[in-house]
Amino acid sequence: MSKKIDFETLKIGDSIPELVKEPITRTQLALFAGASGDHNPIHLDDAEAQAGGLDGVIAHGMLNMAFLGQVLTEWLPQRAVRSFSTRFAAMAYPGDVITCKGVVSGKVKEKGENLLELDLLAENQNGEILLKGNATVAVKS
Amino acid sequence: MDYKNYINKTYEPFTIEVEKGRLRFFAQAIGEQNPIYQEESTAQEAGYESIPAPLTFPFSITMDAGQSFNVLEDMGIPKTKAVHGEQGFIYHKPICADDVVTGQQKIVDIYEKKGGALLFIVTEISLSNQRNEPVCDLQSTIVVRNG
Repeated sequence: MSKKIDFETLKIGDSIPELVKEPITRTQLALFAGASGDHNPIHLDDAEAQAGGLDGVIAHGMLNMAFLGQVLTEWLPQRAVRSFSTRFAAMAYPGDVITCKGVVSGKVKEKGENLLELDLLAENQNGEILLKGNATVAVKS
Repeated sequence: MDYKNYINKTYEPFTIEVEKGRLRFFAQAIGEQNPIYQEESTAQEAGYESIPAPLTFPFSITMDAGQSFNVLEDMGIPKTKAVHGEQGFIYHKPICADDVVTGQQKIVDIYEKKGGALLFIVTEISLSNQRNEPVCDLQSTIVVRNG
């Protein structure tokens, strides 16, 4: 889990540890539909997805975002995360392997807290960017 | 149709109970391995009141409340023309199992791009817990293909 993170020695441009997720499965999409409350059939039923102009079922964008959130919480406690946002750039499909990455983009001291700004991205096995995001995390000095 | 009339529209306030089993199920579904998302005692040792809601779970709270994509139906836009464009969270305090969370959705902006080919709908929801403490603010952008 999380090791001691030193605000003073972290530099802009430093990477945080990558997270490679297990391949997305149809079972996972079904479980996430139930767990997330998003029952849109484009994530569950190929015929419905094709009727919507897709090749087949796609992963929930919010599942991809949940993966990206884990690159933060594998690195530091969840309570340290102050903000987290993403833009949904491309879709993920069953079988895709998602890799989540983060790079320090800013360092701020505010109200006695050391805040790190991070640029985040999630990409598939072909290097196609699925999500582009940002986060702010508080790090003890 | 003039969608601008919907800017600043607010929807009915809602209340959602955060259930422990649901949080465990959500953590399993996203492949989250950390035991704080499964075992209450481990979560408490880590300083949480109970099992914490993962970072993106607040969006599911709003889905359970029938919010977020409901603006499409309200505006008469077919769901099949819309995609989730952006999602943001600002965290004030952890949301934990057994919390009772309240919120209210507001459309904060609507604008067009590419000469009207794309319509952007921006909504915000602020969530508070049973002690009236702010826990999380959500901002969602829905992108609609016109025509």
